[in-house]
Amino acid sequence: MEKYAIFVPRLVTKKETFAPGHRACIGCGEALAVRLVCKALGQNVIIVNATGCMEIVSSQLPYTSWRVPWIHTLFENTAAVASGIEAGLKVMTRKGKRTAQGVSVVAMAGDGGTSDIGLQALSGALERGHNFLYICFDNEAYMNTGIQRSSATPFGASTTTSPAGKMSIGQVTWKKNMPAIAAAHDIPYVATACPSYPFDLMAKVAKGIAISGPAYIHILSVCPTGWRCPPDLTIRIGRLAVETGIFPLYEVENGEYKLSFNFPQLRPVTDYMELQGRFRHLSEETIREIQHRVDKDYIKLTEKAV
Amino acid sequence: MAKRVGIEVSLAIAETAKLANVDVVAAYPITPQTHIVEHLAQLVADGELDAAYIPVESEHSAMSACLGASAVGARTFTATAGQGLELMHEVLYIASSMRLPVVMVVVNRALSAPLSVWGDHSDVMAVRDTGWIQIFTENGQEVVDNLLGAFRIAEDQRVLLPVMIHLDGFHLSHMVEPLFLPEQSEVDQFIPPYYYPFPLNPDKPITMGAFAPPIIYSETKKAQEVNLEASKAVILQCWKDFGSFFKRYYSPVESYLSEDARVLLLTMGSFSETAMTAIDKMRKEGRDVGLLKLRLWRPFPFGEIRQAVKNAEVLIVLDRALSFGGPGGPVCSEIRSALYDEEKKPKVISFVGGLGGRDITVAGFEYIVNRGIEISQTGSEQEFEMFGVRE
Amino acid sequence: MTKPENEITWKDLEIGSIVTEPGNASQYQTGDWRSQRPIFDNKKCIKCGICYIFCPEGCIEQNVEGYFEANLFYCKGCGICTRECWTQAITMVEEE
Repeated sequence: MEKYAIFVPRLVTKKETFAPGHRACIGCGEALAVRLVCKALGQNVIIVNATGCMEIVSSQLPYTSWRVPWIHTLFENTAAVASGIEAGLKVMTRKGKRTAQGVSVVAMAGDGGTSDIGLQALSGALERGHNFLYICFDNEAYMNTGIQRSSATPFGASTTTSPAGKMSIGQVTWKKNMPAIAAAHDIPYVATACPSYPFDLMAKVAKGIAISGPAYIHILSVCPTGWRCPPDLTIRIGRLAVETGIFPLYEVENGEYKLSFNFPQLRPVTDYMELQGRFRHLSEETIREIQHRVDKDYIKLTEKAV
Repeated sequence: MAKRVGIEVSLAIAETAKLANVDVVAAYPITPQTHIVEHLAQLVADGELDAAYIPVESEHSAMSACLGASAVGARTFTATAGQGLELMHEVLYIASSMRLPVVMVVVNRALSAPLSVWGDHSDVMAVRDTGWIQIFTENGQEVVDNLLGAFRIAEDQRVLLPVMIHLDGFHLSHMVEPLFLPEQSEVDQFIPPYYYPFPLNPDKPITMGAFAPPIIYSETKKAQEVNLEASKAVILQCWKDFGSFFKRYYSPVESYLSEDARVLLLTMGSFSETAMTAIDKMRKEGRDVGLLKLRLWRPFPFGEIRQAVKNAEVLIVLDRALSFGGPGGPVCSEIRSALYDEEKKPKVISFVGGLGGRDITVAGFEYIVNRGIEISQTGSEQEFEMFGVRE
Repeated sequence: MTKPENEITWKDLEIGSIVTEPGNASQYQTGDWRSQRPIFDNKKCIKCGICYIFCPEGCIEQNVEGYFEANLFYCKGCGICTRECWTQAITMVEEE
């Protein structure tokens, strides 16, 4: 990634197509992610949104936070609705029923709406090769319904349906690797991003809509409410996720892996986990297990990258 | 001048969609709808229909993709059957409450378990409350005609609701029939171009699908119901215009030899064809029986039903679906309810038959009529009777 | 100005309950959620815009002189701007 000067924020468009007045929790990392994504998308876009935090906080009748065309239908069909929109626009332009050009179709869903209930529709849309960008806002649980576990919940995290208790350490499975699943569909562009690295995120979004064909971006969304951390640490925790190697930032362009950042030495996972109440119950042994796995996965990733 | 062709009804459906110049077809194959989507795929592949054919990975995604396409202003069409209709169940509600005029042909198929690919109306009855306009058809010509009408009705600015056209699986879908396929010029005149008032468009950003807290949800449902009921006037007008144009007339409840009938039989779908033959036979024998054929299922034709049975003493309703643990025959129960407050009303007798593709012959209909008359005289302990079950 | 939800009748609703006024949620005052507010010290501010970029509400605005301040109509008082400011030019104080 290019080195940006500190004053770059002022070069970003001042337009907020995701209007303030939305009802996200204070310090919401996902709201920030959506805001940044919208800055990169511009006005010439149609957004398809799954049921979830961002949909609920932004669209309570009779209000909407969206200043771009936006549709929400159900929880698991975001990619399918996006497919219909993309195909409809293409055909109508071809048949001369529509003159607007270059409208980007962007699907937004949470980790639940992507790697669990929405996986089928996503897989179908990626396989069919529709020209759209799919963004997964990953806050690592079904946050909107009350912090229940999803397949994106990390190992050892305590959620309401994988709670830590006498007989359990919380989530007993490892986080599903959604970017790898997307990449396995042989699509032109897959990337991971984090709002703590805003320009990297916006550049990736811009790349995603410019690419012809399906693109998938997976964005880590820090959730102070669900992760049980102070609301002002959202950006710091996002940075630590990257610096510990727990959420590496990379791109996969036509099957070739490319790290967005590489660190000569990763910070220990405890730096990241000790700030969050959802990991508070973990024993040293479990933390060692997690550290071991993170190190292993990071090496595997760097080996894939050029 | 329209040509009379011998064609399998499924293929005629695909040809009709082509005549209607649909823009997007998103469909998933399921017996007995497969010939429709296969022929559509061929028409697109050969360049005879300029449309986006989206081979989705499930029926849930099929209806979802149709929603998306309709929301940007594309004319959308799909088809399904039985289990497929059930899989897209939650999306059906979305299409109607978001007022997206998707047109869908449902090849009626029995619901599992046990698995049955053959025709009955259990899939239809499961989606009664979804808010779609629903029309029954009994032969190939009716399917073609009502499918054309469906686009005109659905996309009418006063309606903007999705429409289902029902036809019996195998008994109708796979029948080769002689029928008139209209000329392209006739269709172009009859179906105006689709125009959606608020399409998803960056020039005019709108938000579709906002959520409704309790304080406002009821108002959204009232608005939806008022609109569905008002669509009846548009449906009737469309059928009137269709008649003027193509010389074939349709109405919500059609009657056959029923003017002075003391006993009426009511059927939906392809059974009506056999029932007509049975009525013919019984009339020749001097029986005062007649047939009613229910065509408009939703919005329910209260007025027409009450009018049609005004002078009858016995109304025998044959349902092709079974509502377990309840009224047995769903259509019958709705008719009973429609007639309850009438001062003068016939005795309403409920039969359930033809499930899972079981055929009912002319003799079977004769039996049903006779048994129905018997029950109206002696009464019955059961709410309904199942016809043709081996004891 | 959008009618408050408890006054909307079924006839007021647009087709399919579509919302046709983009961004009208900006009528909703999220500012009264907060229990603390950011105070900006322009003497320390280097006008980098980091606070602006990291605000989840998008309510930090740049004034004519180039300094930043939070729009208190929306500011929920999360404290991210304070935490991230490079010169620690922002302090959170308790809301009365």
